[in-house]
Amino acid sequence: MLQYLQGYLSQPVTPGEAGNYLWATVYIVIVITGISLVVLAMNWGERKALAHMQVRLGPMRVGPHGLLQPFADAIKLMTKEDIIPDGADKLVFWLAPVVIVITAWTTFLVVPFGRTHAITDMNIGVLFMLGVSSLSVLGIVMAGWASNSSYPLMGSLRSSAQMISYEVAMGLAVVSAILMTGLSDSGIYLHHAGSTAASGVGTLSMIGIVEAQAQQGTWFIFKFFPFGLIAFMIFAIAMVAETNRAPFDLPEAESELVAGFHTEYSGFRWSLFMLAEYSGMLAVSSIAVTLWLGGWLRPFATWHGPQIVIPHYWQGGALDLASSLLPALIFFLLALVCLAGVIRMPRIPIFRFQTIGLAVFGLLLGFIGLVLLAPPVRDRIQDIFWFTMKIAFFMYMYIWYRATFPRYRFDQLMRVGWKVLLPVALGVLIVTAVVGVLR
Amino acid sequence: MTEPISTSSNPAGNDRTFLDSNELILNMGPQHPSTHGVLRVILKLDGEKVRGTECVIGYLHRGVEKIAENRTYAMFNPYVDRMDYVASVSNGLGYCLAIEKLLNTEAPLRAQYIRVIMTELNRLASHMVWLGTHALDIGAMTPLFYTFRDREEILKIFEKYCGARLTTHAFRIGGCIYEAYEGMEQEILDYCTFLEPKIDEYEQLLTTNRIWVERTRGVGFISGEDCIALGVTGPVLRASGVKWDLRKAQPYSSYEKFDFEIPIGVNGDTYDRYLVRMAEMRQSVRIIRQAVAGLPAGPIMAKIPKVLKPPVGEVYVSIEAPKGELGYFVVSDGSTQPYRIRVRPPSFVNLQALDKMVRGQLVADVVAVIGTLDIVLGEVDR
Repeated sequence: MLQYLQGYLSQPVTPGEAGNYLWATVYIVIVITGISLVVLAMNWGERKALAHMQVRLGPMRVGPHGLLQPFADAIKLMTKEDIIPDGADKLVFWLAPVVIVITAWTTFLVVPFGRTHAITDMNIGVLFMLGVSSLSVLGIVMAGWASNSSYPLMGSLRSSAQMISYEVAMGLAVVSAILMTGLSDSGIYLHHAGSTAASGVGTLSMIGIVEAQAQQGTWFIFKFFPFGLIAFMIFAIAMVAETNRAPFDLPEAESELVAGFHTEYSGFRWSLFMLAEYSGMLAVSSIAVTLWLGGWLRPFATWHGPQIVIPHYWQGGALDLASSLLPALIFFLLALVCLAGVIRMPRIPIFRFQTIGLAVFGLLLGFIGLVLLAPPVRDRIQDIFWFTMKIAFFMYMYIWYRATFPRYRFDQLMRVGWKVLLPVALGVLIVTAVVGVLR
Repeated sequence: MTEPISTSSNPAGNDRTFLDSNELILNMGPQHPSTHGVLRVILKLDGEKVRGTECVIGYLHRGVEKIAENRTYAMFNPYVDRMDYVASVSNGLGYCLAIEKLLNTEAPLRAQYIRVIMTELNRLASHMVWLGTHALDIGAMTPLFYTFRDREEILKIFEKYCGARLTTHAFRIGGCIYEAYEGMEQEILDYCTFLEPKIDEYEQLLTTNRIWVERTRGVGFISGEDCIALGVTGPVLRASGVKWDLRKAQPYSSYEKFDFEIPIGVNGDTYDRYLVRMAEMRQSVRIIRQAVAGLPAGPIMAKIPKVLKPPVGEVYVSIEAPKGELGYFVVSDGSTQPYRIRVRPPSFVNLQALDKMVRGQLVADVVAVIGTLDIVLGEVDR
């Protein structure tokens, strides 16, 4: 059994490529569970970060520093009365959150968390992601229409117009990144080593794109400077609009449309919308990370540092060692923060539960840190760690936008999409192609 | 100019089916996040475009004016705080001034100065509530928390002065009943020095923010003539370029002794109204500084009888409340109770301009305009 596991884990392909249904299923379960947990964590993180930006404390009561708040919320939402409005189209009303969650989760089929840490790799990976993630607009329109109410209807109309408009600019930005996979600085067309057809003109495979960045020794955000950067910026703006987040959160603009397309939803169905929204944010962030920020590659991946040897533990570049120890270090740091919090807790009976909870949480984090120090775990976790860090950066930016910007108006949103982003994206695409061929 | 909206079938005929109708009647409120209470606006929409609006008010009607007829003059004083509850001190000042005029008396100078300090602090608090909620309506969440954090300090000063934070009942007919507490002058001056950088901070967040400017510039335009025709007063009027401020035009409570400017706007749009109110906050700080520095000694209560029995007659006294002209028309029949009190609330009159300001604009502008009119439903409905 153990041998089989080890043998499997050392294979250089994803389960989907290997045609291994058992492992593909295991990966799917892991990914979906992981996303749900990340969404819960993100719920807490967003409320905390937003609160601290707004001179508040955020959740503080349920568990130490409100750590159990998302669980409490989840339980509350699941036990709430399930309301379907009288005038609603019941089947569509029921179907809409299901559709939206399924599309949000399906995109993760091709997200490469590492070289082998993906459910599968498709030769049309990026196209698949864009296509499936844009299907979520279907769920939104269904929700808005089925609710049979003015606010949801307007919200869903806004949403469909917005998502379709920004997908154009988004798609063009993606194309310019895909062009780069086939254009190395030395003018040689690369042949991708993965499962995709090595036609010599780049690849659409998510894994292939990251490998192209590894082979060219640069992240595409820095390639053909500043064109890679501009394309990335366009994508970064369009993806916020695509996921209906501030400052483009018109479909659920609270101050205008109450809650937009999910006004009539409550309880578990509503929580599915939230789950889909945050999964969607993770999905588009992972596209951005894969296309421009080197996917699972660590920063300065080509730079190994001086060779050092630590008996039984490490043999190789010092920088490689440092980066492989980083996940454990971060967990130790978080554990320290928690334990410092334990010391700072007031010594009164009311806080006893909170103090113990925080200490247990800190010890748990420290234990995870210890596990991450072990060589087999340490090496395998590298890809996932860097990928997660990059996603976390985007997630933080999402929160930051929300705290900073006022909301665009509908016509302004359309103007930005069609008159600014689209021409710039077209220009960047053409220039990237020309520069790439001339070099 | 403004044809009423029919919520029933369309006048064109009954042959149009549901699908090819291109107008949507949208009920905004009375339960809606950004109608500032219980305002109900019926919107007639063509897509996102607003064809017309109709305000339905009265959800917060408590019959304040009628209550006045069954209370003595002094007993009614706390009720006025409940009208514009974010600027209760101003309400109290207007009422006290009206009854004092009816009694043909005047508050002592020290009381007048204390009244000015409190009223201007209240103006700051009111403008902070406006800024926070207005920004929230336009989608900027954060300023709300900053303004409420700083408003809290004003409320603490109120609490120390008269024991209440929101519905203060700070003044009495004939002056003030509370003497300035120990160290109040220093505390208020400290607050002024604390606040000025904070106003800069709000402006940093919004004034040059591209999205903010785009969302407010050119939105909800109203000309000075229209303002005057509709009776719109306060910052909305001044932002349309009309230099009319009762503190300068008909000084009351020693306002003529202070040196301050009336900020006015040019374009009469939401952005100008924002700038005017921000400038007004700075001017308020200026007035408070002067009033604290020149606070005279002396009594704080004029000599008035225990039982107020004003002579038969009627008065109209108006003051510049944070939202505009707040007037009290009081009719006395010589008894201990007013025969009639009519309040001219600025929010109620300013709300009339809503239809003019949003017609032809987008749904998102409706909430921006409601925010910029700075209405308080307690005052609209009374």
